Amino acid sequence: MTTVGAPVRRREDYRFLTGQGTYTDDINRPNQLYAYILRSPHAHARIDGIDSAAAAKAPGVVAVFTGKDMAADGVGGLPCGWLVHSKDGSPMKEPPHPPLAIDRVRHVGDPVAVVIGETLAQAREAADLVEIDYGEEPAVVDPAEALKPTAPLVFSDVPGNLCYDWSLGDLAAVDAAFARAARIVKLDLVNNRLVPNAMEPRAAIGEFYRATGEYTLFTTSQNPHVIRLLMGAFVLHIPEAKLRVVAPDVGGGFGSKIYHYAEEAIVTWAAGKLRRPVKWTAERSESFMSDAHGRDHVTHVELALDADAKFLALKVSTIANMGAYLSTFAPCIPTYLYGTLLAGTYPTPAIYVETKAVFTHTVPVDAYRGAGRPEATFLLERIVDLAADELGIDPAELRRRNFIPADAFPYQTPVALQYDSGDYQTTLEMATSAADYAGCEERRRAAMARGKLRGIGIATYIEACGIAPSAVVGSLGARAGLYESAAIRVHPTGSVTVMTGSHSHGQGHETTFSQLVADRLGIPIENVEIVHGDTAKIPYGMGTNGSRSLAVGGTAIVKAMDKVIAKGKKIAAHLLEAAEADIEFADGKFTVAGTDRSKTLGEVALTAYVPHNYPEDLEPGLDETAFYDPKNFTFPSGAYVAEVEIDPETGRLEIVNFTAADDFGNIINPMIVAGQVHGGLAQGIGQAVLEGCVYDKATGQLLTGSYNDYAMPRADDLPSFRLSTHATPCTHNPLGVKGCGEAGAIGAPAALTNAIVDALRPLGVRHVDMPATPEKLWRVIQQHRSPLAAE
Amino acid sequence: MEMTGEFHIPAPRQRVWEALNDPEILKLAIPGCREIEKVSDTEFTAKVVAKVGPVSATFGGKVNLSDLDPPRAYTISGEGSGGVAGFARGSAKVNLDEDGADATRLRYAVEANVGGKLAQIGSRLIDVTSRKMAEDFFGRFVAAITPAGAAGEAAPAEAGATAPAPEASQAPAAAPASDAAAAEAETEPEAASEKPTRRLSPAVWVTGLTAFVGAVLYFFTRKGGPR
Repeated sequence: MTTVGAPVRRREDYRFLTGQGTYTDDINRPNQLYAYILRSPHAHARIDGIDSAAAAKAPGVVAVFTGKDMAADGVGGLPCGWLVHSKDGSPMKEPPHPPLAIDRVRHVGDPVAVVIGETLAQAREAADLVEIDYGEEPAVVDPAEALKPTAPLVFSDVPGNLCYDWSLGDLAAVDAAFARAARIVKLDLVNNRLVPNAMEPRAAIGEFYRATGEYTLFTTSQNPHVIRLLMGAFVLHIPEAKLRVVAPDVGGGFGSKIYHYAEEAIVTWAAGKLRRPVKWTAERSESFMSDAHGRDHVTHVELALDADAKFLALKVSTIANMGAYLSTFAPCIPTYLYGTLLAGTYPTPAIYVETKAVFTHTVPVDAYRGAGRPEATFLLERIVDLAADELGIDPAELRRRNFIPADAFPYQTPVALQYDSGDYQTTLEMATSAADYAGCEERRRAAMARGKLRGIGIATYIEACGIAPSAVVGSLGARAGLYESAAIRVHPTGSVTVMTGSHSHGQGHETTFSQLVADRLGIPIENVEIVHGDTAKIPYGMGTNGSRSLAVGGTAIVKAMDKVIAKGKKIAAHLLEAAEADIEFADGKFTVAGTDRSKTLGEVALTAYVPHNYPEDLEPGLDETAFYDPKNFTFPSGAYVAEVEIDPETGRLEIVNFTAADDFGNIINPMIVAGQVHGGLAQGIGQAVLEGCVYDKATGQLLTGSYNDYAMPRADDLPSFRLSTHATPCTHNPLGVKGCGEAGAIGAPAALTNAIVDALRPLGVRHVDMPATPEKLWRVIQQHRSPLAAE
Repeated sequence: MEMTGEFHIPAPRQRVWEALNDPEILKLAIPGCREIEKVSDTEFTAKVVAKVGPVSATFGGKVNLSDLDPPRAYTISGEGSGGVAGFARGSAKVNLDEDGADATRLRYAVEANVGGKLAQIGSRLIDVTSRKMAEDFFGRFVAAITPAGAAGEAAPAEAGATAPAPEASQAPAAAPASDAAAAEAETEPEAASEKPTRRLSPAVWVTGLTAFVGAVLYFFTRKGGPR
């Protein structure tokens, strides 16, 4: 009756597809008030005064609060969860981040005041009456500009806007390798800034129970325990025992709902002040200017090769935009989730990376699907492709020649990670075969005859998932552990409730975890219930991010099941009058080895709760909790092949083929894995050809603040994906799983950009920055056309 | 945002200059103008209400006049706040040239910046909408200062024809929305209460602003979309 490995349909989809999910905005509490948040229209300004008298008197308004009100009440700033040190050993600059700006606004959308009313319409209406006297000051939005000595400062005590200047790797070894290189390839590139755009906008409801002194926060979070810890301990000073955080159904996160946001603290604090529940739901335009953005790197990369085109050394220098404040995990993204991945799938012996993180007058930047790894993959696979071009070697051949061989694992990279397993030749072979890579020249000629420019591009990727071994990340500056917990409650009649610290916001945990539990405990999947997203129900949890839920959260469930089975064996041994050591558990039955005498899990559970005939020294009940701290990261990898056609007259791009071969280790539900890959590819393709967050450089205004100007991928922008998987199981978790949630977003931008550059290569094009919109492609084609015509 | 345009007005230059200083005419021409207050010879404050469906915003602005060269030219600059909708500031250089004895050619060049939601939602709408509303303003203006018969010979059509064509970068898709915005905007003209002035009015600038607020409000309410 095993369901592991079967494409079981998602159990949660019935309620989602029939509109019966319960999202935060679906929740309404008795006597609830509504918050409207006033946000800065300026990128940078002093707050010279706030006059809220008229707004406070407006119909239906209960209160207007400012940053000063919160500070006067002892409310702290939003904390940062990761401390990065600069090359010189000094800690990063960590300026204060009050939930409501106090004396200065630092980006368009920076919250300044909150109006709380009986209805949302009344609060919004009254917000117009709040008069804020801004003293506008110059702003800087571009990360490279922010480092210049003339740039306006985001914080007066952060010189040069430099948060930290970090490095990893052996610079001397890299310089030595460059000195003896046969060939050096160089490239400057930009990793475009993205807006996350979860389908469900953020929302939060704060509630205070006067009778018990307890607070509850309903919020759109990927990790409610992390929010409870950060907000309780650092911002509002509420003991954990008096603070419950519930993250009910959540409609997509992609990283943007990991962080502790100002609005969560504002509604919870206001609920305590006003003794009434307070609700806030983001308008879509607020999401654009308040959800943490992603990417935004400016990078120079150099690759050194020997005479046999083997990679000798890689040198990377990156400027990473932090935005106006440090979001919860922002500092680790362009460092430990980026620099450590720069070996990729190659045994490059010497690697050096330095990252300057800078403050700008923009929305804070943090992890977004892939988080550092798409940036690493993009630059690495672009420079490898460029090397192939400059050396006149086929890009697939250059990669094959340089892969870490399948028998080299565990493989220690020069940038701190140790890969446990992988087989890069096989996934590349699978992807290139399925894409008919060999036939691409013929298709290119055929396209040329139709007046189209056709190109094919390969990218391989590796990612560090299953985040993360607590001791390792602790030594790198994490201010939290990254284990996971699970509790298995076997009910008296044998059905099972699983409390998991992982959080599902689209990943299908209720199905995958149920398959896992049903399979291992030998019970029907219908008898398994998955509970997540509530600090009052779950022992603890670090939530879902970094493709960690199955590798870390799933393993915690396995560990808890192991405890259930171990205790069940004691009970069964007693009932069957056999030695505990002789009891075997399989297919839902405890059996005396070599006999047909057995007790079902249900019988054992009933005995545990009705312990009339029970081992003397054993506690009643069958309810076990386990925590699992991974021993290593997991290392999913794969190869993607994109094929495009570009109309040189209009710049219109068509993705004619997209082929993926992924190694996620063992797979529990291939349909869910395919869905995750589809979603990741769509987002990666979005970054490559459609999405780009643009600020006006002179004024700091957010120009792409709606779907009029920010293009999300739609179904007709995407081809029908060809997917395949190849498993080299993870060696250090009992499931052998690696994680699949981010792969598509990591590998797709490089594959697609390589295909675009390949298509334009006949014109002499060497690189195209993302997003490669039709307008940009048309301009590139126009710029390169005249010399071609003259030939 | 930069916007230029010109209008042929079938009236002598002195008449145009005076009319542009006549609050009774401006009252008719500026959509949603609630008050224009003269602070000094070169400073005004203006309040304009734009109302679309259930949502209304009062746009308060300060206006300065400079480079005065009556009746030939002036530069008008100002800034205004639309509350939670954001802010706008800009300047317009306006020239009046004689076009024969009985006609005037009015040329304007506007530079404007918007911030907050106005920029976020409307950076793509501002050009076409402001142009449309500027044309509406001058259409009404010309109709108000010329005899009924002459009005037909003048303005909106011809004005449209003489205005420079929109640049290629202006998305055609945005045009219907802004046209509709102009049509939908319920404006509330009210008498400007101050005495006639010798100086030119904030007409051009306020018109652009009003247009833009209208467009944004329209966008918020009609599309239900980028809220």
